[in-house]
Amino acid sequence: MSATTIETAQQFIGAIPHSKALGMQIISANQGEVTMHMPYDEKFIGDPATRVIHGGAVFALLDTCCGAAVLTHPAALGSTATIDLRVDYMRPANPDQVITATATCYNITRTVAFVRAVAMDERADKPVAMASGTFVNGGAK
Amino acid sequence: MHLQPEPVQVVKQRRDAALAAIVSAVPYIQYMGIQFERRGDELTAIMPFRDDLVGNPMLPALHGGATAAFLEITSVIELTWATVWQSIETGTVDPEKIQLGQNLQLPKTIDFTVDYLRSGLPRDAYARARINRSGRRYASVSVEAWQDNRSRLFAQASGHFVMPDVSADSLG
Repeated sequence: MSATTIETAQQFIGAIPHSKALGMQIISANQGEVTMHMPYDEKFIGDPATRVIHGGAVFALLDTCCGAAVLTHPAALGSTATIDLRVDYMRPANPDQVITATATCYNITRTVAFVRAVAMDERADKPVAMASGTFVNGGAK
Repeated sequence: MHLQPEPVQVVKQRRDAALAAIVSAVPYIQYMGIQFERRGDELTAIMPFRDDLVGNPMLPALHGGATAAFLEITSVIELTWATVWQSIETGTVDPEKIQLGQNLQLPKTIDFTVDYLRSGLPRDAYARARINRSGRRYASVSVEAWQDNRSRLFAQASGHFVMPDVSADSLG
């Protein structure tokens, strides 16, 4: 991955207050494919009995990762926004583990980007959640 | 002789305390600063604007993830509240146990789909969820969010949930 791409990607995250607040970090970014980390935090807990994080936190990570995948695509026009995003929660995320999301922008037109993403914890054999959605491919404002 | 109805403030206090107990038991709801207002059994969720909920600082606009979390929390609390309400009103559950947050079992999200209709403004957001169907195991919920105008939604979502096993006497 080129230095400029990762720099762009890091700037992207640094400029998003909510992603920064949730501790998201870019691990890699390359031409429509982005991997991000979100370390476990007690404030994410959605089920106090099991300490499992809330689906909303996983959704926020997947949404951010998908948006980043759109912006790093060679045909991206410079800005994006979520049109629609569906997340399937396949199993509870293990408490105390980092969530890793990887998003792929697998098709892009002059107006719309199509993205899918997967979220894993440290148990690598089965995803925690999968996402599929459409994003705006817009010009920079 | 007529049985005296319970004084209204006693009824209100019991219901409000049960709702507050559920909401305060979940750290992510607290972190997001989401609150609930109750009119009878109807709930309205409120997400007061905060700078760290922003996803696009240029516009500025709310983060899609913050909006999704708001809608998912609204759905989960609506489902939980519907169950708890029935238990309180029929007297099958001791409200004090709910207030203690003992063994609170929440529905688990199977899938959640958010439709972003317009960008979320840097203002407070409101949401209401509607239970389309709630069976023994699964529930289907729709939820709408708006800001200044009730008729101009900025997001809507629908989702499916696995309901907690009530036969296990989950609420107390």
